[in-house]
Formats: sequence, C-alpha cells, structure tokens
Amino acid sequence: MKNIDSIGHVRGRSVFTDDIPLTQGSLLGVVVVSAIAHGKIKICDFTAALAMPGVVRILAYKDIPGENQIGGILPDESLFAEEEVHFIGQPIALIVADSEFNARQARKKIRIEYDEYEAVTDPRIAKEKGLLLFPPRTFALGNIAEAWQKCKFIFEGKADSGSQEHLYLETQNAYAIPLENGTLKVHSSTQGPTIVQKTIARVLGIPMNQVEVDVRRLGGAFGGKEDQATAWSVMVALAAHLLQKPVKLSLSRHDDMLMTGKRHPYSSDFRIGLSEDLKIQAYEATYYQNGGAAADLSPAIMERTLFHATNSYYIPHVKATAYSCKTNLPPFTAFRGFGAPQAMFVMESAIALAAENLGIPAWKIQEANLLQDNDIFPYGQLAEQAHAQDCWAETLTEYNIGDKLAEVDHYNRTSVFTKKGLALMPVCFGISFTNTSMNQARALVHIYQDGSIGISTGAIEMGQGVNTKLKQVAANIFSVSSTRIRVETTNTSRVANTSPTAASSGADLNGKALQIACNEILERLRESAAQMCNTTTGEISIEDETVFSGKKDTGIRWEQLVAATHQKRINLSQTGHYATPVIHFDKTTEKGHPFAYHVFGTAAITVTLDCLRGRYWVDSVQVVHDFGSDMNPDINLGQLEGAILQGIGWMTMEEIRYNEKGRLLSDSLSAYKVPDIYSAPKVIECKSLKTDGPELAIMQSKAIGEPPFMYGIAAYFALQKAIKAFNTNYKPEFYSPLTPEKVLLALYSKRQ
Amino acid sequence: MIPSIKIGLIYYFYIVIEFILNEKLIRTDKPGGMPLVDFIRYESGLTGTKIGCREGDCGACTVIEGSYIAGKVHYKTIVSCLTPLALAHGKHIVTIEGLNGATLNPVQQAIVDHSGTQCGFCTPGFVVSLMAHCLSGDTANLEKMLASVDGNICRCTGYKSIEKAVKQVWELTRSRNGDDPVEWMISQGYLQEWFRTIPIRLAGISNQPDISPASPVIIGGGTDLMVQKADDIVFKKIEKAHSLSSKRIEIQDNTCIISGSCTVSEMLESELLKQCFPRLEKHFSLISSTPIRNMATVAGNIVNASPIADLAIFFLALDAEISLENGEGTKRCLPLKDFFKGYKQLDLQPGELVYGLRFNLPGNHDHFNFEKMSKREHLDIASVNTAIMARVNDGKIEHLHLSAGGVAPIPLYLAETSRFFTGKEINGDILLKANEVLQEEISPISDIRGSAEYKRLLLRQLLFAHFTELFPEKTDPIQLIQILQADEKH
Repeated sequence: MKNIDSIGHVRGRSVFTDDIPLTQGSLLGVVVVSAIAHGKIKICDFTAALAMPGVVRILAYKDIPGENQIGGILPDESLFAEEEVHFIGQPIALIVADSEFNARQARKKIRIEYDEYEAVTDPRIAKEKGLLLFPPRTFALGNIAEAWQKCKFIFEGKADSGSQEHLYLETQNAYAIPLENGTLKVHSSTQGPTIVQKTIARVLGIPMNQVEVDVRRLGGAFGGKEDQATAWSVMVALAAHLLQKPVKLSLSRHDDMLMTGKRHPYSSDFRIGLSEDLKIQAYEATYYQNGGAAADLSPAIMERTLFHATNSYYIPHVKATAYSCKTNLPPFTAFRGFGAPQAMFVMESAIALAAENLGIPAWKIQEANLLQDNDIFPYGQLAEQAHAQDCWAETLTEYNIGDKLAEVDHYNRTSVFTKKGLALMPVCFGISFTNTSMNQARALVHIYQDGSIGISTGAIEMGQGVNTKLKQVAANIFSVSSTRIRVETTNTSRVANTSPTAASSGADLNGKALQIACNEILERLRESAAQMCNTTTGEISIEDETVFSGKKDTGIRWEQLVAATHQKRINLSQTGHYATPVIHFDKTTEKGHPFAYHVFGTAAITVTLDCLRGRYWVDSVQVVHDFGSDMNPDINLGQLEGAILQGIGWMTMEEIRYNEKGRLLSDSLSAYKVPDIYSAPKVIECKSLKTDGPELAIMQSKAIGEPPFMYGIAAYFALQKAIKAFNTNYKPEFYSPLTPEKVLLALYSKRQ
Repeated sequence: MIPSIKIGLIYYFYIVIEFILNEKLIRTDKPGGMPLVDFIRYESGLTGTKIGCREGDCGACTVIEGSYIAGKVHYKTIVSCLTPLALAHGKHIVTIEGLNGATLNPVQQAIVDHSGTQCGFCTPGFVVSLMAHCLSGDTANLEKMLASVDGNICRCTGYKSIEKAVKQVWELTRSRNGDDPVEWMISQGYLQEWFRTIPIRLAGISNQPDISPASPVIIGGGTDLMVQKADDIVFKKIEKAHSLSSKRIEIQDNTCIISGSCTVSEMLESELLKQCFPRLEKHFSLISSTPIRNMATVAGNIVNASPIADLAIFFLALDAEISLENGEGTKRCLPLKDFFKGYKQLDLQPGELVYGLRFNLPGNHDHFNFEKMSKREHLDIASVNTAIMARVNDGKIEHLHLSAGGVAPIPLYLAETSRFFTGKEINGDILLKANEVLQEEISPISDIRGSAEYKRLLLRQLLFAHFTELFPEKTDPIQLIQILQADEKH
C-alpha cells in the first residue's frame, strides 16, 4: 500500500501548518535572541522597536503568567532568558506585529547590551570545569579490570563525531488561536503534542484541558521536532493568550538553524582488548556528550549511547561511561538514532584501529564478535531472535562480498588517481523508549453509521508513513477496504497523554493501541451479527466487508451490519490503551530488559575516491535487513534508503561548525550541505532477512525509522580504506564528518 | 498613472504588475520587491509552493516561468523565493496548482508509483522541475532529465525512489515526436487545455515602464541580491537589467561577445559556445542548479565580486575584457582582471552597467578547462575553483592564462604563474615549479569553505588536474602522484 498522503503531496494539496489559512486579524511573530554565547543582559531596550509600524507587542519573561520553564526532562530551560544568556540564539523576546516583515524590521531596532562571560564550546573542557548537565552514568558488564590482563592485544584511541542539522524541509512553526473562556487551539509542527500542551499549560499557568494541540502532518522532523518544537508553540500560545488574537510564528531557515539544537557532537576515548582469535574480550569507552546549554533530551540520548555502546557485538567485559557536558551552544537534541550512532561510531573506530594495528581487515574482527541468542548485553538483557550473524552471513553471500573485496584490491592496484574502499557495518538497535513509562499509547476509533471509520491515535505523521500503517492495521482487523478509513489529525482533545512519535516506536505503540480498540468493536459487531444470524459469536467472521457464519456468506454487508448494530444502541466507538509488556529497567543497577526487541542488519558500502581532488562517491550500499514480517515494503524501503543517505551525510559532507565564541558558522543552506540527488549512492540494494518478526512489533513488522541510519557509518570506514590505498603513510583518525577537505589533507599527509 | 503615497520621508511607488498565474490573469499593486513566493502563498493562497530556505538552495519554491517570445512561450524553472514580484510582469507563472488536472498527470503518477514522496514538503518542487523539463521538449536524454531536479533537495527519500520516478517519466517522453511540447503534453494528460491559450493572452499584456522618479534597484538574476537583501528592496523600484546589446551571445570574427544579461543557461544552450568549449556542460553542471542557472546572469556574477564567483573565474582564464556603459551611451572597456580591485571592490562608476564581456575564441591549439571543488559536488559554493586556457604548439606552451577563486580577496588572475608557463614543456616537474610560483601568488584565508592550508593544497591539486584533463598523454599519472606525494611544501 502506497503512502496514503502521496496523492495530496504530488498535487501540492497536503496541508502543513504554514498552509493553514489565517483567521482575520491574525498576528505574526519573530523571535529576538541572544547575540552572545554567555553573559548577563545589562540593557534590554524595546522602545525603538515598539515604535515601528505594525508592532503590537513585544513579549519577554516578565509577561509570562505561569512558570518561565520549558525543560522537558529537567527544569533547566527558560522560554525567554531572564538575566543570563547561555547560547547564541537563545530566545529573549517575541515581537508580535501585523506582518512578519514588520516584525523583522522591528527586530533590527531592539537594543540589548551584555556583560560577556567566557563561553565554553568543547565538551572536554566543560567536563574539566565541572560543567555537567546532570550526573554521569556507567554501564558495566563482567570484570573489566581483570579482563585487560587476559587480552593479547590492547589498543586505545579517541573518536569524535560531529553534529548534524536535521534540515527538515519545513521549518519550525506554530499557530495559536484563542477560543472562548480562555481556551486555546494550537496548530503545531511537533512530534510531541502532549509535551507542547503540557508546557503551554505550565507557562501560561492554566490547566492542560484548556489547551488543544492539533497536528495534521510535519514536513520532516527526524527528532528535531520532538522537544524543540515546543518553545515556538508556547510563544504563540502565550501571545494569543495575552492578546486574545490568533498568532503565528514560522521560523525562517536562518533563524531555525541558529536557534534550534541539532545532533549531539561527541568526543570519546576508547580502549579495546582482543584475544588471539580476535574475540573482543574487553571494551571501555568514555563519552563526552556535548549537551549544549540545557538538558533538553540529553539524559535519554546519553542513556541510549550507553545502551548501544557495543553495537552488534557480544563483549564479555564492558565499561561505558558517559558525561553530558554543559556548553554554551543551543541545547543539542534528538536526531534519528538518538545517541546510538555516536556510540556505534566509537565502537567501529575501536575495531578499525585494532585492525589497522594488527594488519588485518576490520571485517574479520566484526565477524568474530557478532551477537548470538542468549548473549547478554551490558544492560542485562539477553539477546533473543538475534539475527546479527544471519544478516552478516547473508550479506556476504547475497552480494558476493568476498569477490567484491578482491575486485576492490585489484582496482586499487591498477588505478592511479582513483581508489576504492569497502566497509561492512552490522547494526543492532533496541526498540522501545528507554524510559519505560513512555511505552504506552492510546487510540480512538469511531465507526460511523454509514460504515465509514475514523481513527485517531497519538502518532504524528512526518513522512514516515505511520498513518498508512495505522490504516492497514484497522483495515486488516475489520477486513474492510482502506478507502473506508480516515486517519484523523493527532489532537490532544481526542487522544490524551501521548508519548511523542519518536524512538522508531510510533507504529508499534499506536498500532497496538489501535488493534485493541478495533478488536473490541469487532467483537461487538460479531455479537451483533450472531444475533442477526441466530448463531453464536464464535461462528461469525467478517471477511472482505461481508459477514460469514461458519464460512458461509450470510449476505450481510459491512454497512448493513454497522447500521443494524447502531440501531440496537451498541457502542461503535472505542478507545484502546496499550502498554508494552515485558520491559523494565532499573536505573540504580543499570540493568533490566529495556527493549521490546532488537532490529538487526548488515550493510556493505563501497566508495570511489578521486585522489587528485579529494572528491568521493558512494558506489553502492548493499543491505540485508531484518524487517520481521514486512507490513509495507514500499514505506519501509523508503525509510531505509532515506535513513542510509542521512547517515552517509552525517559521516561525510554534513559539517556543523561553531567558532570559539559559540557562533554557528554553517548557518544557512549555502554553508551547510545535505546530500543532493548526485550525492546519493549509485546503487542501494536491500534484501529482507526471512524471519517471522516479534509479537511486540505491529503486525510483526519491525520498527524501521532509526536502525538503517547507522549503516551510513560504513561510508566513513570505506573512505578510510580508499585513502589508505593511496597513501600508505595514512594513520586513520576518527573525527567525522570526513569532508572532502579532511580527505584531501589525509591523502597527502606525511605523518608516519 | 502611477499612484504614489508618502509615508514618512519615503515615497513608495506602486505600479500595476500584470501576469498570468496558472490560468488566472493577475493585476496587482503589491510592492514589486516582494518575493514572488510570498505573493503566491500568502496573497493568492496557492500553498502548494513551499518555503524551505529563501535562498535558492532547496527548490521547494520552484515554479515555472513562461516568457512570450515571437509568438511562442518559452518555459523554464525559477525559484520564486529569489524572484521579486515585479519580474513576473508579462510572464506566465505556473505553480503546482497549475499542473493539476482531474487525475494525476504522468509526472505525479510516476512519483506516486515509485514512492518518491514521504513527508511531501519538497514534492511539489520536484513535480514542477520535471514538468518544466518536459515542457522544454528536450526529453530524449535520461541524464538531462535527472539533472532537471538538481536544484531540489529531499531530506526523506534518499532519492533512489525519485530516480525511479524520473526514469518512468523519461520512458514515457523519450520517444515523443517533434510536436510542440505544450500540444503533446495536453494530448497526453500532462497539461490542461487552457495552456494553449497562454501565448495569446501573454501577448496582450503590455509592458508599461515604471517612469517614477525613484532610482531603481537593478536586478540581474537576483540570485544573490535576494538572498542578502530581500527585506531591503521590498518597497524599492525594481528594474530588470535588460540586455544593452541586441544579442545575448555574438561572434564577430574571432571574438565572442556575451551580453551582461545573458544567463548561465543561455550560455549553456548556445551551440556556438558548446563548439568552442566541448566540455561546457560538464563545467557548468558544477555551477549552482538548473533554476538558478536559468536566472543568474553573467553581469550579476561578475559585479557581485565574490572571490569565488564561478563565471568570473571562467572568464578570467579567457583573458576576457569587460565593457561598461554609463547609461548615457558612453562605453569603456578594461581587462576583466583589472576590474576586481579588492574584496567586493570593483572598478565600477556609479550608474555604470555591465554591457558585456568580450574574449577571443579558442583556436585549434587552445585548451580550456574548469575545475571546482566544494563540499558537495553540485549546487554548492566553491572551496576553490580554477580555470585555464593554454595555447600549446609543438609540445610547448606558447602562452597560458590561469585563474583561481577562493584563494584571494578577489577572483584572481594568476599573472605570475601564467607567465611562468610561457615557453615551457608540459611535464610533472614544471607543474611542481609552477605550483611554487602559484603558492606565492595566493593568500587564502580559513573560512567555512575550508582552511587556508586546505585551499593551498587543493589549488595545487587542481592545477595538476587541469593538465591531466587536457594533456593526458603528457602527464604520466604514476609520475605525477610521486611528485605530489614527495612535494615537501605540503
């Protein structure tokens, strides 16, 4: 089934937040932010700006009736700065005017003077200064101290991975409309409508039931609208509440890049120990997560880094410690992979360094250490249905990797100016929010008298196709045509207390809740049909919109059954509540069973490098992926391909740079490059591993959003191999992204 | 009659801008400096055109612009974020809504068939770009059709599904006969019948010049001005820099004259230029994207005075001469290399406009090459770009012109290095010595496009690349690599 939004999309008729027609008298907002990374506000003078044409009001922290607090996990982030500022781009005020143009003109007239303090941008320096956002955590397995003694080979090094801009094509935006009796309706481009609702209530000092948040769809999010969509929605809600006028705010791309957080940069130390037979005996990693100026989602992201420290490998002795370092940069936030890619980059760097020093290909170490059933993860969960080795083996055979490696060698011996590299990347990614309590969802299903169906859940459609999957779930249970079903907007008045659509879990959690609701209505419909046919409920089934009694067509059609059931005053509406069973985690011992299941896969990436210019291309990405029982190959392949290119972008051309004063240098699309059609791999091939899939996955179809992102990591190591083929002096360094600049400097580096 | 109102000390002049937006005639007195995308979205309610970046770097706001020339309408893509409303006057502007019919058109269907849309925000831009390519009638080549979406960024799909959709469109259109593209597309369900009425309706729109006394903002393509100063010109009088010469590209004897208002696309389409520069398509594919090339002009790229202006680098290696006109018919000419005085400083008097560029056509012994490196191969600003024109006789360099961008405050003509080559034979050692001269001549700084160290190394590499491209028989790759690897300067 194609994405149900496709037709609206290609016609330009799909409605995004900025497309909603404005109510007459609507006002527009522009955000005033700190121009320095750290300091105290001395003077904040709005006089000249207030005198500008069209300006209605300028709101700052003093105008907040409730709490000036938007921190999601920890209460450490204000909506508007009060006395101190902590990063360039930190909101200080909202200018509300009759047009965005007038608001922008007024912004130029705002006068703010600061006492500037020292800015810290490097996480290791922050750690030295004791600037941590929250206490560090350590995950441990076995006895690392003893294990080192048993290792034949020990290597240690440093691995840094860079930030990444989400670059959702639709920038952050929100539109708040005051309704009667002090209530508000807010259209928000958010992954987390409940977070938005709750934060608005907190800042405005009103109960949550007075705030209705409604989301039709997002123009991309990738984690960037999980927590960081909130501030903008709260600002328009505040303005609408105080002015009793509808207020809209749509960040310009430049403002969006400047003000919002991105993927966490990490600087990490690692130590890896192997036995003679290349088994990794011990692995120690210390992660310095650059958290930015406030916690945002960093605690959860840091946690997932620890969960994925050992990627797809079984290592008996592990110690992984993470520090979330407070710096004067915008709070870094969720981004596809959520701390796991950073951890896996360190793991793969350790393997690459070991391989380099041992003079063997890295894949030999990778292959020797893949997870098997009943292997224990450092967090205490046992690997079940562990398909790491299956995916790996099938990748080697399906794509003749042995031959390809030989071809690459041959190519590198004969070609002078261009070299090739091939790297493999196994991935193991845990599915569930690592915060157990978030693994719950609700759905609301109505069957209308005419047989049409409306479904609401807490899932947000952001291009990943969750609404299509939900439609499939309902159509499957009722055995009706999907054209009968409408997936409603995500609305906090219809479905309350939702978890954000994140952690790749949107379809699983909301789909399961929807299944529960649908099954309850189905049961009532079957009882009703049994009465109509004078038989028992057990005899009744609905197939292809027709009622069957003991395999016999009763002639009763879906619409007739629905109408008759309604006539009998039987409830055709139902909520469903789902809480993932099995999972638990104890943060005091850092042990438990946090994941419903794991997703496995292996990718092989081949690159070609022009050693004269330092230009490179990805020739192919060849994947064997464990989809489980793939419920929608069109959508899941699209997710996989898109994630891979985003992962390759993170490893190669996407470079976020701040200067030492904390100013973003890559602050526009002309300075920050994401892959275009020419940067896409020439070939992406994907084979589905034949498995049944776990019961805890919706229709046994495994979560897809994040896991394939990390296949992109292979691009980094493939490039390193190509560099090495040209420059035998090259000593691999681990400092992504591997931009053309770094590549060229490495190609001609003489460092021994 | 031009109404004017006085607000404060500034006069705002409103003229009526008239154009056809999809099927509808528009007559508006909205400010001429307003970005076309804002008019489309917020004044006309056509929200299928999206705003992604407002700097021409994402393609979400791509629309088709039709110009009426001699009884026919010529269609091309433009980005509506960088187009001031005033420049739409007399044009046919087509948005995604104007491409919708009762059922999906074949381009839309192809994207649906191959799941080439996920979040959908970039999708209308892709549809518009592909439809414009079909309207060009030049659909025989798949590579070219793929290139038509070189200005469209998608963050969701990874592009593979979009490539499949493009291929499907290509298969449907590759073998169409030489009919008028509009007629063919109407017959095949791509376009609505009303498209046929556009030429005659466009012909009916008169060109009323804005005779208000305000001094105008002269716009070439606007592709940088609108990025830097969009808010500053909203209420200004906007004037398109019209061709001062009668032809865009003209050959006289052995020289070529390119009008200042010639767009990059017009150069690319010129058979004359393609004959002189057989690899022009390859070179120019490295310059921005299709819609930007459709808008950006030669004069704009030169007077913008960016130290990494691709066309400036191109023409410097051709040892071009720039001619300027002061608006009263007085012309003066000077070598282009003398036109750039310092960072963003030009030898340009107030009121002077670029008339055009003149250069000698390459002869049989002349060899031209253009190289550019940037983070992303396409639609990116150069870290370093460079061009070369070498005249070689009997294995010796008679004379040579070399230019480089990103290595000095101006687009740099490398005079010393160029001179060094005179009379030299081509071999690796000479290149290494030339590089020593070159390194003395440049003064790159570290910035977002790369460190100074990188730019120095990169220009050395690109100098060698020029020669491997142009004289493969004289440059033994293994020897060159040995020389490069042994070069102690790096």
